[in-house]
Amino acid sequence: MAGATQTTTEYIQHHLTNLVFGKLPAGYQRHLPDGSVEVLERDTWTLAHDAAEVADMGFWAIHVDSLAWSVGLGVFFLWLFRRVAKRATTGVPGLLQNAVEWLVEFVDGTVKDSFHGRNPLVAPMALTIFVWVFLMNLMDLVPVDLVPWLLSLAGVHYQKIVPTTDVNITMGMAVTVFILMIYYSVKVKGFGFVKELTLHPFNHWVFIPVNLFMEVVALLARPFSLGLRLFGNMYAGEMIFILIAALYSAGFLFAVFGGFLQLAWAIFHILVITLQAFIFMVLTVVYLSMAHEDH
Amino acid sequence: MNINLTLIGQMIAFAVFVLFTMKYVWPAITRALEERAAKIADGLEAADRAMRDLELAQQRAAEHLKEAKQQAAALIDQANRRAGQIVEEAKEQARLEGERLVAAARAEIEREVNRAREELRNQVAELVYLGAEKILESSVDRAANQALVERLASRL
Repeated sequence: MAGATQTTTEYIQHHLTNLVFGKLPAGYQRHLPDGSVEVLERDTWTLAHDAAEVADMGFWAIHVDSLAWSVGLGVFFLWLFRRVAKRATTGVPGLLQNAVEWLVEFVDGTVKDSFHGRNPLVAPMALTIFVWVFLMNLMDLVPVDLVPWLLSLAGVHYQKIVPTTDVNITMGMAVTVFILMIYYSVKVKGFGFVKELTLHPFNHWVFIPVNLFMEVVALLARPFSLGLRLFGNMYAGEMIFILIAALYSAGFLFAVFGGFLQLAWAIFHILVITLQAFIFMVLTVVYLSMAHEDH
Repeated sequence: MNINLTLIGQMIAFAVFVLFTMKYVWPAITRALEERAAKIADGLEAADRAMRDLELAQQRAAEHLKEAKQQAAALIDQANRRAGQIVEEAKEQARLEGERLVAAARAEIEREVNRAREELRNQVAELVYLGAEKILESSVDRAANQALVERLASRL
């Protein structure tokens, strides 16, 4: 909420800052809200007070909000589906079981279309990705100020509730997929994987360095494009929501205009979040399928 | 957008969630789906079979009905013939009985006539004797005239 003491820039920046729990090194000077300076005597794990502290924490920090929402939504997904799986009847299914079965069949069909190997991991992973990413994206449709405001009442000052607008979350999944790609490439193709990297596209030993460079770039581009595509889409979408929310404090006419904009963007975003979850799932399946195919 | 430990955390969470789905969610749901598909296939097959059975039963019923009708027709025919036969037999018997009765009556009449004639003859002989005795004013020797009177009486 852009209050009197907050400029629009501050408002936006505030919305783009995670709740970070991380390590500050010994000797670090903390600027406390009352203006005084506290010097840390040893390495301290603590919640960051501002963006500067976040930057100084470096790698040893955790986005508590992203991870909590992400894991929370994942657990919700597993709880819901496990409940259905346990009660699954072969008779007439209930409403929830029907929906879950529809999803499972949809994912199963997609996997069967794109993945031609035999691997019991792929279809469950595709289902997990689709539903989990969809749920995480769905948080984008919650009004941007609602949860941060509620939590600020409880004394939590930063909160980003859409995990997929955090590059760590999307890249975390993409890197896991990448590790699986490498694992199955080596497992299925063995030495053929090395040949694929070195003797393709120019099948002559002179071109080995060129081939290697091109193939490695192509290989590495996959997890990056996978993770960054989702991140970019969701980050941009979230940004637009924040900008629209910023309009609300710019006068009555702007607020009404912003209301219509928010509605339109939210409706459009329903499409985007579903599509992005689907794309992430399909690309994962395709990449794993390529890892299983021996040329 | 800084990369930090969150990435590792998300990787671990992802791996755990995928494993959980693979072990506890996916197989149960797909098994239920397959079982239902098998059940539906069985049901459809049973329905087909029942339909064929029904058709067969209907055919058989129609055959039975036809047979029964034929039998009934044959029975009625037979009964009709037998009835005709019985009527014919009854008629024949009645005719024979009638004839027999007529014959008996005729024989009776014949007998009655003969008896009456015999009596008449005797009475005539008696009358002759009486008349003759009156005329002759004496008794007639019946034994001596026996042959004569007999001749007269037999002409009656």
